[in-house]
Amino acid sequence: MANIITRRSLLAATAAGMAATAIGDAGAQIQRREGGSLNLPIENGASLRMLRPVRFVPADEDNWRANCARFTQQTGVPVRVDFVGWEDISQQTAVTANTGAGPDLIVGFNEAPHVYVDKLVELSDVAEYIGNRYGGWLALAERYGKKHGTNNWIGLPFGSTGGPLVWRKSALDAVGYQAPPEDMAGFLDLAKKLKAAGKPMGFALGNAVGDGNGFANWMVWAHGAFLVNEDGSVGINSPQTIEALTYLRELYQQFIPGTTAWNDVSNNRAYSSQELWLTQNGVSLYFSLKNDPATRAIADDTYHSLLPKGKASSTPNAGLTMNAMVFKHSRYPNASKALLAFLLEAEQYDPWLQANLGYWSQPLEAYTASPVWHSDPKISIFKDTMRSTFWNGYKGPISEASASATNDFVLVQMCASAASGEATPEAAAREAARRSERYFRRRT
Amino acid sequence: MSEATLPRWVAQRADPGWIGRLFDNKAFLIVACLFPAVALLLVFLTYPLGLGIYLAFTDATIGRRGIWVGWENFEYLIEDPIFWGAVFYSIFYTAVATIGKFALGLWLALLLNNHLPFKSLLRAIVLLPWIVPTVLSALAFWWIYDPQFSIISYIFVEVLGWRQTNIDFIGTAWPARWSLIAANIWRGIPFVAISLLAGLQTISPALYEAALLDGSTAWQRFRYITFPMLLPILAIVMTFSIIFTFTDFQLVYAITRGGPVNSTHLLATLAFQRGIPGGQLGEGAAIAVTMIPFLVFATLFSYFALARRKWQQGESND
Repeated sequence: MANIITRRSLLAATAAGMAATAIGDAGAQIQRREGGSLNLPIENGASLRMLRPVRFVPADEDNWRANCARFTQQTGVPVRVDFVGWEDISQQTAVTANTGAGPDLIVGFNEAPHVYVDKLVELSDVAEYIGNRYGGWLALAERYGKKHGTNNWIGLPFGSTGGPLVWRKSALDAVGYQAPPEDMAGFLDLAKKLKAAGKPMGFALGNAVGDGNGFANWMVWAHGAFLVNEDGSVGINSPQTIEALTYLRELYQQFIPGTTAWNDVSNNRAYSSQELWLTQNGVSLYFSLKNDPATRAIADDTYHSLLPKGKASSTPNAGLTMNAMVFKHSRYPNASKALLAFLLEAEQYDPWLQANLGYWSQPLEAYTASPVWHSDPKISIFKDTMRSTFWNGYKGPISEASASATNDFVLVQMCASAASGEATPEAAAREAARRSERYFRRRT
Repeated sequence: MSEATLPRWVAQRADPGWIGRLFDNKAFLIVACLFPAVALLLVFLTYPLGLGIYLAFTDATIGRRGIWVGWENFEYLIEDPIFWGAVFYSIFYTAVATIGKFALGLWLALLLNNHLPFKSLLRAIVLLPWIVPTVLSALAFWWIYDPQFSIISYIFVEVLGWRQTNIDFIGTAWPARWSLIAANIWRGIPFVAISLLAGLQTISPALYEAALLDGSTAWQRFRYITFPMLLPILAIVMTFSIIFTFTDFQLVYAITRGGPVNSTHLLATLAFQRGIPGGQLGEGAAIAVTMIPFLVFATLFSYFALARRKWQQGESND
């Protein structure tokens, strides 16, 4: 904070003193490289309004508000934060961008800054300054933060939440596996053995926005297939996709029945009632089991591991990412940037990360050392969520089209129709390509 | 004498002020009284409908204004098997559910028209499915149809032991379609039954007495008295029922979200799916616009096929 020049330099000096003491206790483990400077003279009479997706845990909101209050204390800039439902934030972002009025900053999801890029203030200075101080941005953060094919930052990722495999140790032990295997053939073998033992696995193949897309993306990416080519044209109708769907057809035979009707909560319910022994989910499932005395035993038997890579070089999972942006219509762009930089500093970010218990995973290398990842060994794998080299709409430029294809379940339905045998893998891939062409068509 | 000199008192009528004159003006009154209603209709019906039709001819997305693209959205939809699937299922759903609702609803109305103990209580209970907010009953059905936790599967598998596996209600296309129709019928019966019951009660008992004296059978009384006398109200109720069913959204969206693999999309759910979560406002609007001809046709059909009786228009039957 010392480098942010405020109107009232006296106040800034005090702020610097406070910051230095804070890092002593809260951010002890976080390595920070001093140096570099951020020149953001805060505008006269600035006040900020920010929108953010709602919390997972109450402490998230409390912490975020406290951090913003500290910013107000140190700079004199009042900050109002509104928490918005997850389904509503993209619509509210659209309205804000199109009307040129409303909040100064919005923390949206994934592709939002890429959709409204010409309405946004470039954030490269903040991103480079913060990246330099905290060991650099992780792969997924770079992907979602930078404008495609450039080094210009248009969004500042604040964290990501991923969906690895969630499984019962006792079930895997019973069929002779220590952990789910890394290769797809081995995984199929595990599926067969689990089914034979009456402890089947299952993944959502219904219209489930989070789980369904997470699973479909994994299947596709793990076989080297992808929805979009690097130039943004549709590339799903490929031999790799057909290979993925052929594999899935066999894997699906080993699933618990009914997965084609599953939505986002179905696998949580089936897992919690001990009918399902391996699935894919965010960390929320584990915490809900752990916090309920009735299911505590299931939580003790539950482990997480990364999705099998198959042919991919890193685990094929793109976390849902919070991505902050500053609008050009804001009268206080410097104050907005200063706030984002402030929130990403260890004194603010690390306590917030810890308050989130692992629901959100950091975008910056240095925060990998946060004590949150030692709080419970079973959640430590989530710390690498943002190391993923996959993103929504891999491997094309990030665009609204990939969000539309996700929300319209193009890949999920391709997988479901091929898995259930309703369509051949070839026909399913063709249909997915037909639908994607529509979303990814060039617009004038 | 003095009378003659006194000025004669005449009741003076105050000259009406401009407000009074204004309100005496018939033309003004018509405009003033109609204005609120017309304004409401324009703002809340005409404008959204017009905007929807306009959007159907643009490529607007959420976050982008879009440009005029003419018939492009419709041209795409004509080649889109998912759209035709939704058209098919909308018609199928409406037809089967309406027949089911009317068969069972009429039956129920006839039963309730008899003298039963606790008549009013029974009628109140019958209305329950209609009173419960649709989303709540949809959620209840969602549980009933759940692949893992269905109460029906539980009874068949665990209690009766008739089946080894859970029933697949909404995991494959045709079972899912029938399950949704069943839920819709359950929900729609009360509306039909209570409306027809009101109609039944307007039929004069004298007609039945006369028929009884002529030695008619129960079927004859239904066929020649009840049914024709009920026809006008039947036409109205059927028109409403068809419109409600064709535009149904909540049941499908809450139970299957149009799945598995788009097999249970109605036009309304598909329009929403494409327009709001999918972000393709123009295309979603185009799907919604395609519902208009179907609805006009359904209304005209009910009206002309069922309600073209002269006595309904105030004349006597030939």
